[in-house]
Amino acid sequence: MRVKFHQSLDDLKEKLLVMAGMAEQAIQRSIEAYRTRDLTICELVFRAEPSINRLEREIDQMALDLLAMEQPMAIDLRFILSVIRINADLERVGDQAVNIAVRVREMGAFANTDLPVDIPKLASLSSAMVRKSLQAFIEGDAEMAESVLQMDDQVDEMNDAAFYALSSLIKEKPELTPQSLNALIIARNLERVGDHATNIAEDVIFWVRGADVRHNASAV
Amino acid sequence: MGVGILVEGLNAWYGSTHTLQDINLPIPANHATALIGPSGCGKSTFVRCLNRMHETNPIARATGVVKMGDIDIYKDASPVEIRRRVGMVFQRPNPFPTMSIYDNVISGLKLNGFRNRRILDETVERSLKQAALWEEVKDDLKKKSGASLSGGQQQRMCIARALAVDPEVLLMDEPASALDPVSTSKIEDLIFQLKSQYTIVIVTHNMQQAARVAENTGFFLNGKMVEFDSTHKIFTNPKDKRTEDYITGRFG
Repeated sequence: MRVKFHQSLDDLKEKLLVMAGMAEQAIQRSIEAYRTRDLTICELVFRAEPSINRLEREIDQMALDLLAMEQPMAIDLRFILSVIRINADLERVGDQAVNIAVRVREMGAFANTDLPVDIPKLASLSSAMVRKSLQAFIEGDAEMAESVLQMDDQVDEMNDAAFYALSSLIKEKPELTPQSLNALIIARNLERVGDHATNIAEDVIFWVRGADVRHNASAV
Repeated sequence: MGVGILVEGLNAWYGSTHTLQDINLPIPANHATALIGPSGCGKSTFVRCLNRMHETNPIARATGVVKMGDIDIYKDASPVEIRRRVGMVFQRPNPFPTMSIYDNVISGLKLNGFRNRRILDETVERSLKQAALWEEVKDDLKKKSGASLSGGQQQRMCIARALAVDPEVLLMDEPASALDPVSTSKIEDLIFQLKSQYTIVIVTHNMQQAARVAENTGFFLNGKMVEFDSTHKIFTNPKDKRTEDYITGRFG
């Protein structure tokens, strides 16, 4: 039994879950900032980003050390590869949160206007995807991960709808262009969060089943 | 050129101990096939059945079919003939200590009655070149004894000795386990080059080595072949839980 190695794998998983918690919190905070237009919450998002970036490097280093020192095989190798990929996706989720917070800060310079886009609903859906993909990772549950892939279409549709609604609004009311563009970008950021959740779910499937389902590829 | 081997229903015993149980395995020609598994699982016994060395032990016996090309090695050929067609390299280099490098390499040929000096000279050069040792020893072929070489050089000399009789199959039983990383790397490079001309079966405890040199890998456990598949499949996504437990160190 390779006790030390398997303990190291558990440590790696635990560290990734800390990273996941921080990325999730960043997205939730950015949406809360959008909903309330509270710039102090934006500041919290900005301040958390360096910690997420630092954790990304630490996790990569841990994974690299295990690859170099332990020469993992089979499910252990797939696990470490998945962790490296998920780590990068979580860091990008953190970046999306920062992007949203930047847009919210921009929007603060303009009067609060009703826009024909339900950002909180889109946020709720993409956050649910992230949460579910991470739950699938925690439980090593490929079926749960598969259900995340189904959710992505809905997020894409909502993002498309936001694009058309806000484009029309810009044509009709050019004075609302800055607000509309910011909302458009936020919708796009949330759609990207859904994409990252999809990537995480695909990595869970790869880890558990050894099947590469990325880009709609069938199982190997 | 190498020849494919087909093993069907192979069983082997040492006394009353049933060491190999119903092994079925296709070993493709001109490929390296790795055999892995814990100590005592039967992989060395298996390779010794492929050149009929198993039966040299008086309490050992084997049943089943081992086809080398069209020949059933237990029915259609003598052990001597089979051992000429199937070379073997062992864990520890075993040079004949009193012989020169030259005589070590051609010892098999001499046993088979070859005496033509020109042919022997050519064979020594060809075999040592194939074993990537020629440049290091060409000036000392008859001056130095085989035992005076380093461990890694001795092992390559033993490979040259096995190749000198022009076999079709090369069996290697942990050929690099007693060597340092540099010598190990040379042996692995050699295996990679030799498989275009020979069929290679390598027993190894070093799973990274199996992954590096072999196209196919078989996992033995308690005298049984648990899984045989492409090396890529075995080391990234094996089918059998026991294979996965072994290669990930969750065994026992």
